[in-house]
Amino acid sequence: MDRRKFLKLAGLSVTLAGGVPGFLNREVKARAYTPPPGALTARRWGMAIDVKKCWEEPNCNECIKACHHLHNVPDIPDKKREVKWIWKDEFEHVFPDKPNEFNNIIFTHKPFLLLCNHCEHPPCVRVCPTQATFKREDGIVMMDYHRCIGCRFCMAACPFGARSFNWVDPRPYIKDPNPKFPTRMKGVVEKCLFCYERLEKGKMPACVEACKKKALIFGDLEDEHSEIVQVLKSRFSIRRKSELGTGPSVFYLL
Amino acid sequence: MYNSDKVIPGIIIFVLFVTFPIWWNHGKSVAAPEPELPKKGRCVESKEYMRSHHMQLLNVWRNEAIRQGMRIYTSSDGARFWISLQNECMKCHNNKSKFCDRCHQFAAVEPYCWNCHIPPETKKFKAPKASRLLKLFGVPPVLHGSSQAESYGHAEH
Amino acid sequence: MFEKALVGSRKYWLWLAFLALLIFIGFLAFLAQLQYGLGITGMNRDVSWGFYVAQFTFLVGVAASGVMVVLPYYLHNHKVFGPVTVFGEFLAIAAVIMCLLFIIVDIGQTHRLFNVLLHPTPHSMLFYDMIVLNGYLALNVICGWAALHGEYKGTKYPKWVVPFIYLSIPWAFSIHTVTAFLYAGLPGRHFWLTAIMAPRFLASAFCSGPALLLIALLIAQKVSRFRVEPKAIDTLSKIITYALLTNIFFFGCELFTAFYSNIPGHKASLIYLFKGLEGHQEWVIFMWTAWLLMLGAALMLVIPPLRKNINTLVLACVMLFIGAWIDKGIGLLMGGFTPTPFETITPYRPTVPELLISLGIWAAGFFIMTVLFKIAVSVKEARAA
Repeated sequence: MDRRKFLKLAGLSVTLAGGVPGFLNREVKARAYTPPPGALTARRWGMAIDVKKCWEEPNCNECIKACHHLHNVPDIPDKKREVKWIWKDEFEHVFPDKPNEFNNIIFTHKPFLLLCNHCEHPPCVRVCPTQATFKREDGIVMMDYHRCIGCRFCMAACPFGARSFNWVDPRPYIKDPNPKFPTRMKGVVEKCLFCYERLEKGKMPACVEACKKKALIFGDLEDEHSEIVQVLKSRFSIRRKSELGTGPSVFYLL
Repeated sequence: MYNSDKVIPGIIIFVLFVTFPIWWNHGKSVAAPEPELPKKGRCVESKEYMRSHHMQLLNVWRNEAIRQGMRIYTSSDGARFWISLQNECMKCHNNKSKFCDRCHQFAAVEPYCWNCHIPPETKKFKAPKASRLLKLFGVPPVLHGSSQAESYGHAEH
Repeated sequence: MFEKALVGSRKYWLWLAFLALLIFIGFLAFLAQLQYGLGITGMNRDVSWGFYVAQFTFLVGVAASGVMVVLPYYLHNHKVFGPVTVFGEFLAIAAVIMCLLFIIVDIGQTHRLFNVLLHPTPHSMLFYDMIVLNGYLALNVICGWAALHGEYKGTKYPKWVVPFIYLSIPWAFSIHTVTAFLYAGLPGRHFWLTAIMAPRFLASAFCSGPALLLIALLIAQKVSRFRVEPKAIDTLSKIITYALLTNIFFFGCELFTAFYSNIPGHKASLIYLFKGLEGHQEWVIFMWTAWLLMLGAALMLVIPPLRKNINTLVLACVMLFIGAWIDKGIGLLMGGFTPTPFETITPYRPTVPELLISLGIWAAGFFIMTVLFKIAVSVKEARAA
């Protein structure tokens, strides 16, 4: 065999070898996979936050506590490197595109809840080079932590600052771990996932359930009869940076 | 041959180096691993299948569950299971160190499942370790600063 | 041909040993980063890309600039560039390898790097960046090595390499365009959301890259019997001048749009970089240094006697290289991430390990460049003798 032939053969073998794992998986695929029975489903999940109800209890953090405990979100003491799925901030930071010096006076020290907007056209999904973040058919912008390479392109692309990166191993900063849910590891990006794991079991998201004032309304934005659509049709609401065209699915009822 | 005084010793050193695992371990025997199996119940598939294919099955499981939303697995004999490593597999195999680790250590594989999934026997996480390498570069092992729970303002304005 | 790299003067070996030491220190710092996570750097949740990505962006430009000597020679038969094309290609090889290394150290899950190949995603700009960068590396290895090997054997470059050379020319433009598209397509980052991002990238690349090449050629001339034709230096310096002026013009366009439109989001990043915002002035001194250096270099280069004088030419090249490096590296990144999506300011300062890793990668690039240039110079010396 001359060198040329050898190289051709070597190239061919490498290509074929790349197909082997696929062959092994096919053997597994003979079994059936089905969606869970009794799951809550929707065509486009969305959330409406009744801001005024939320303000009735300005010091309440039940939703944040419930979410962060359930999902093993670490409490990292360095604010610049913290991880958060749902948190609070002031009007001028939440809606910086709507500057109005008088509003700022009205809204001073009034908290607005922040979480991933689960956009209709999510820029984070568009830029992810491995489809580690992707949009599900029910509108949830999902994370596959197994696949994330930690390039943080999604963080640069998200106009809402909704994504957190694990700059260090998060585990030492989880004081009371929930054994039912995984943690994350250093080097991956994470965010709110609209409690996909609870919807699968027929339960509402943890923050919605935890809210004493029922200020969080969660439902299908494409179902005429859902509570969320009824509320949004009857009351004035705003979304964060809607002019960017990402189509946020989180609405703020004012 | 040119330079045979260099080439031949070079070849000998190379051969010795690549066969290192063979002659280093020659004559030693290592006991076969004995993973502790659950006393009762059944696994999703046969023991033989799981032994040879659990990694492929878990890989398909995670893709189906996370990416397709297919949480229910119907095994080859028609039994149905909720797909979850941490909550389903480990319900029966309730000790990672006595089950998973025994074979994995023997086979010298380190799957990174447990970097995120919590083993049943873990109740608390350890504090971060200081290593010599981190000390060399003056990196403090623990992050410091104010806690996020205290206020909702920003660190810097 | 590679044997030429194995014989050299004491200085050559000392220089390589020095670079190897820097690489070793950088590698140790990288091991520490692998152990600890990217928290070892100064990056944070608001400034989520920092020094590494800044170096990557700048070096893509240096890599692309190889085309500035290849194009005139192969497309316009500009003969004086004949002997220097291979240096342009070798510079590109070193620069692309540095780019790839900076990406490797920047990602959080290093061992999952090949997920990019395993799950190809055509809607991500990083997917195209991976293709164009690796393709460009391959093209320059093929073209540079084949051309030099022809010279080594005393023949012209082989015919089969011609299509690759022609392909490498648009390809050089593509690598920097795609790199600009990484930034220019993101909603909500006003500083990056500009249609002239790619043209700006190319303009700054085509002055800073050839400036580095020119300095490297003059060093090669000093330490060997290899000679560059003065006419080649002259043409190269004109290319640098025009590219630098274009770069300055484009920046002026950005300033006009931001400040005449008076849109706060478009102004904020520029104000932060050049004047400081809400008491934060982290990069003001750097940005003014960068632009004063570039403006000074431009002034020197447009005055013919200063451009033709080798000492002032080298000084201008060093000035504009440093200027472009600050502006397009860290300036671009900090401007993009400041203000944050919440219109707040989170400062960023690279840490010592972060800088050591970066220095190690730069050393690796110079190591590769030195070895490749040594081979090329030796081959040319042997031909001349």
